[in-house]
Amino acid sequence: MMIKIAIKNLLGARLRTILNVFVTAFSFFLILFMSAMYDGMLQHAKQVTMDTEIAGGAYWHPEYDPLDPMRFEDAHSTLPSEIQSLVDQNTAFPVLVSQASIYPAGRIMPAIMKGIKPDQNIVNMPTNSLSGHDDISIPVLIGKGMASDTKLEVGDTFTIRWLDADRTYDADEGTVVHIMDIENFKLDMGHIWIPLDRSQSMLSMEEEATYVTYKKGAPQIHKTEGWIHRDINYLVQDMEAIIEADKPGAQVMYVILLALAAMGIFNAQVLSIFRRGREIGTLMALGMTRTRVVGLFTLEGGLNALLAAAATLIFFGPILYHFGVNGIPLPIDYTEMGMIMAKRLVPIYTTGLVVSTTVLVSIVVLIVSYIPSRRIARMKPTDSLRGKAVV
Amino acid sequence: MENSLVVTIKNLVKQFPVGGDYFTALKDINLNITKGEFTGLIGPSGSGKTTLLNIIGGLDSPTKGKVSALGNSLNDTSHNVRARLRRKHMGFIFQSYNLLPVYTVFENVELPLILNNVEMKKRKAIVKEAVASVGLSNKLDSRPNMLSGGECQRTAIARAIVHQPGLVLADEPTANLDAENSHHIMKILTDLNQKLDTSFIFATHDEKIMDYLRRIIHLDDGQITEDEFIKNSKVDTSK
Repeated sequence: MMIKIAIKNLLGARLRTILNVFVTAFSFFLILFMSAMYDGMLQHAKQVTMDTEIAGGAYWHPEYDPLDPMRFEDAHSTLPSEIQSLVDQNTAFPVLVSQASIYPAGRIMPAIMKGIKPDQNIVNMPTNSLSGHDDISIPVLIGKGMASDTKLEVGDTFTIRWLDADRTYDADEGTVVHIMDIENFKLDMGHIWIPLDRSQSMLSMEEEATYVTYKKGAPQIHKTEGWIHRDINYLVQDMEAIIEADKPGAQVMYVILLALAAMGIFNAQVLSIFRRGREIGTLMALGMTRTRVVGLFTLEGGLNALLAAAATLIFFGPILYHFGVNGIPLPIDYTEMGMIMAKRLVPIYTTGLVVSTTVLVSIVVLIVSYIPSRRIARMKPTDSLRGKAVV
Repeated sequence: MENSLVVTIKNLVKQFPVGGDYFTALKDINLNITKGEFTGLIGPSGSGKTTLLNIIGGLDSPTKGKVSALGNSLNDTSHNVRARLRRKHMGFIFQSYNLLPVYTVFENVELPLILNNVEMKKRKAIVKEAVASVGLSNKLDSRPNMLSGGECQRTAIARAIVHQPGLVLADEPTANLDAENSHHIMKILTDLNQKLDTSFIFATHDEKIMDYLRRIIHLDDGQITEDEFIKNSKVDTSK
């Protein structure tokens, strides 16, 4: 009986129902969209790191610590034979890491110089731009952020100074052969990339490397001869730690969005219910108990939430789908701010997000329907009939 | 005689808090209304007519005194019991009709039956009969905003009598209507009174409907000043 009256009220109210449902659906959409964008942003950062840097994992020289440049000079050796065989099979590529100083436009800047095989295709970096420059002493690949910091452009030359294996400083001219537009700032800021064989000869470290990155699915090496295996889980742990540390922030954002939605819905519901004071009085005069009145209005709120979920699917579903497929272009480049941020953010809608948002919004709608209707049902029927304002 | 009593009021006092004090709206009211009566509570604004009607209908509670309606004491009963009494045995007609704006005539009249859990099949026939009795069969699917004032009030009457209550309480039912509609409404009500043997109590100060009343209770300043039974009423009492 109640459900019939509630449906009748909702369908009969037309514009009021449409407005209520729209406000709820819009809140629904906003929460879903913003949360999915946030998830997408974090997921993207992880994916970019894996695509451009980690691939299937790595083997590190025992002395290598990416966070301690002072140890780079000791973190190199020839590759263990099994790791070398991976490289020979093109399922891995070596990188030689060293400190360097560069002098763009006469200014001195510290840099991390990495020698990489130009023909590698394991990570998504335009390293092939380093090949075919026999006329250039040191072909250099840099990122957009680095180019901006150093004011270097393609074709510009600058001095590179380094400390070789014999602990002797040497210097030569490097020429920018390509500026890569890469989302992983860790490969960009403070980095110069040169061909591996060139860096090995510059550093007097023939056939040596600091770490080897291997393809996804490459066979696991057991005889690493002291080199340390770093799997994906290890290599993404920093990223996951950042994501984990950011979770409370995401939850706060979710709660803020939910609170904003709740306020919107509450406003619409309160306005709707308080305007119906006379109707409530009439229902009581006709013999409806207070409990049933509260139940009726709460039920209307619940149906409102259901309609809103359907409306979100119908009206905002295509928008969510469009962004889910095509992403949203960002107006500025966040790479320079030290953030791994896609040029085009793609929201990720997980089942958990959709279900939890649906449940939460429905609960909020039920609560904000229950509170004002309970308050108005507590009024004396005579006051309700007179349309007296609720205080 | 006792069995035919529909309303019994003994030493009723009703006070409303006003600021830190109390305003006495009804003072020591004593009243009996029997089955089938067509009674008017007459008096100027603020004389206590609506308050008395609300107390009889269980919409308000007495401050002192005893009130019973249709054999049920209204003094110590809960909201739910009073709601049940109204749902089963009472009908209300309001000055401003109080029709639910989103419902059609049919749905408005159907509401008391839904609240009383009457089966859908039976409901349809009962509603149609009630709507026919007020001459609105051609307006079943109309919403209140498509009806005239007289039609709205006729819908409200149909809603009040659709579940065949023992008592109908009407608060200024003709106040918003012109003379022609007022007479039409009163004619319908007197017919229903005789046909259904339902008691009607009106709160009114509309001179136009006085001729229809068989009993007039004059109220002034919260007290009954006169209680007269009318012999030359327009209501046919020959049945």
